[in-house]
Amino acid sequence: MKKNAFSNRALTQRLGFSLLTLVTLLTVIPILAVFAYIIAKGAPAISWEFLSGFPRQGMRAGGVLPAIVGTFYLTLGTAIFSVPLGVAAAIYLAEYARENWLTRLIRIAIINLAGIPSVVYGLFGLGLFVFFLRFGTSLLSASLTLSIMTLPVIISAAEEALRAVPQAFRTVSVSLGGTRWQTIRRIVLPQALPGIITGVILGLERAAGETAPILFTGAAFFLPRLPHSPFDATMALPYHLFVISTQVPEMPIQIQYGTALVLIAFVLGMNLIATVIRSRARAKRQW
Amino acid sequence: MDKSLNWRETIITAVIKACGYSAILFVGLIFFFLLREGLPALSQVPLADLFSQRWYPIEAYYGILPLITGSLIVTLGAMLVAIPFGIGTAVFIAEIAPRWARDILKPFVELLGGLPSVVLGFLGILVLSPFLRVFLDLPTGLTALAGSLLLGGIAIPTIVSIAEDALDSVPRSYREGALAMGATRWQTIWRVTLPAARSGVLTAIMLGVGRAIGETMAVMMVTGNAPVLATRWNSLFMPARTMTATIAAEMGEVANASTHYHVLFFIGLVLFLISLVVNVTASSVVFRQKKRAERVLS
Repeated sequence: MKKNAFSNRALTQRLGFSLLTLVTLLTVIPILAVFAYIIAKGAPAISWEFLSGFPRQGMRAGGVLPAIVGTFYLTLGTAIFSVPLGVAAAIYLAEYARENWLTRLIRIAIINLAGIPSVVYGLFGLGLFVFFLRFGTSLLSASLTLSIMTLPVIISAAEEALRAVPQAFRTVSVSLGGTRWQTIRRIVLPQALPGIITGVILGLERAAGETAPILFTGAAFFLPRLPHSPFDATMALPYHLFVISTQVPEMPIQIQYGTALVLIAFVLGMNLIATVIRSRARAKRQW
Repeated sequence: MDKSLNWRETIITAVIKACGYSAILFVGLIFFFLLREGLPALSQVPLADLFSQRWYPIEAYYGILPLITGSLIVTLGAMLVAIPFGIGTAVFIAEIAPRWARDILKPFVELLGGLPSVVLGFLGILVLSPFLRVFLDLPTGLTALAGSLLLGGIAIPTIVSIAEDALDSVPRSYREGALAMGATRWQTIWRVTLPAARSGVLTAIMLGVGRAIGETMAVMMVTGNAPVLATRWNSLFMPARTMTATIAAEMGEVANASTHYHVLFFIGLVLFLISLVVNVTASSVVFRQKKRAERVLS
């Protein structure tokens, strides 16, 4: 009788574990399948001409160079605004802020920024940067919009990296006569740098793949040349993929898969760099 | 020398402080601009018309009800996929998987989180919706269901990451206590670990909902974008149109400061308020725990 109860429980456990294993496999296998499918279908389209050429014949032929360059500029522009601001905000939260209502308000604001739908960022960018500040539909407006969207990711990652630096480092620096800022700049920041860089890249990775925030702030359907100034509109990989998969009739399928492959290679490449920096820093760390 | 050092220190402190407050400023600015551009809609369209059942802006029908129900049904469908698979995977990773599997699985699921939603939408058009059309024998595969399936995939990484953190932070002694009393590992998971991590798991689900309701591109590409009022369950098998998709699809073509323009901003305002409620509620739970950063990052 007792033995029976035990084996029932063992059976339940075995069934339960099998079920959860199945659920996990059903989650993981589609992810693998998505990547494998895009790589398999997109690889034949990749050639030097595809990567370095302009779209031709109403995008039905040619390459994706202006979209690659555009996404690169957008990512760079986003970094220029969001990295200094985000890291400074993280320094404030980790090194200066006291636990009071204002700091709590800042944290709630950061969590909210992280949760606002990307298309609402697009509306905000349209209202503030494109119309109110008269930057027009431009690289500048789109980069600024993406910067604000990326900010919460960078702040959170940088703050975590700063907090991970042991308190003793600061105590020693201050006891040797260093001011607060000297301590932060010469001691804390260098130690936290790998963590900060990892967070920054992961934030920028998301910005690079976004479409909705740039739809009405800076993305161009087609441009015969590369953008010359921050006030030019630009093509971008995610928007280009959207355009050729929904707006262009009789679009050759191979070019679509090729573009998708270039986009995920761009994004995953950034992810890979972040992972390498993180694991290297962990191996070298002395604390 | 000392004096200039002091001076520098003061300026730098002030700059850092200002940057620290910037997050509040930006939330304020976003809210302000949505109000500024969205509120005129209320004076230009009578409230009864705004919450009516017909969205057809070309003939000045601005009823946002079908868009709201569209967002709701797609999100609901997404949660039916994302909650069991997300929580199940989180439990597997946190409680059952051996260490090596865990080290592979977590970054792997997070990789999905980094996949641009436009890529998922693209596969949705080419692979998922033709499959659904044939498999379920529907007139078109571009339905709320296709949107739900993609959104489920998009919400899963958020749910897995946060729920796994919550399970992971349940003290070891809870599990050891249960096992010492003779419970199986399965019983320990269901009766001890999961209940102890309840608030974190709820946060995970809420933020997953937030992620799903705000998602734009993938949904716009696969739901067929028909603004029909969703009233019954089989609406899931018909085309639908969400609030986010409406903004994204139509904002590019409206005249600046027209009624249509203001109504689209008003929809943005509604979305902003929804995300505000979801995130403030979720964060009131988060504040009781640590690892806040990972929540924002997920």
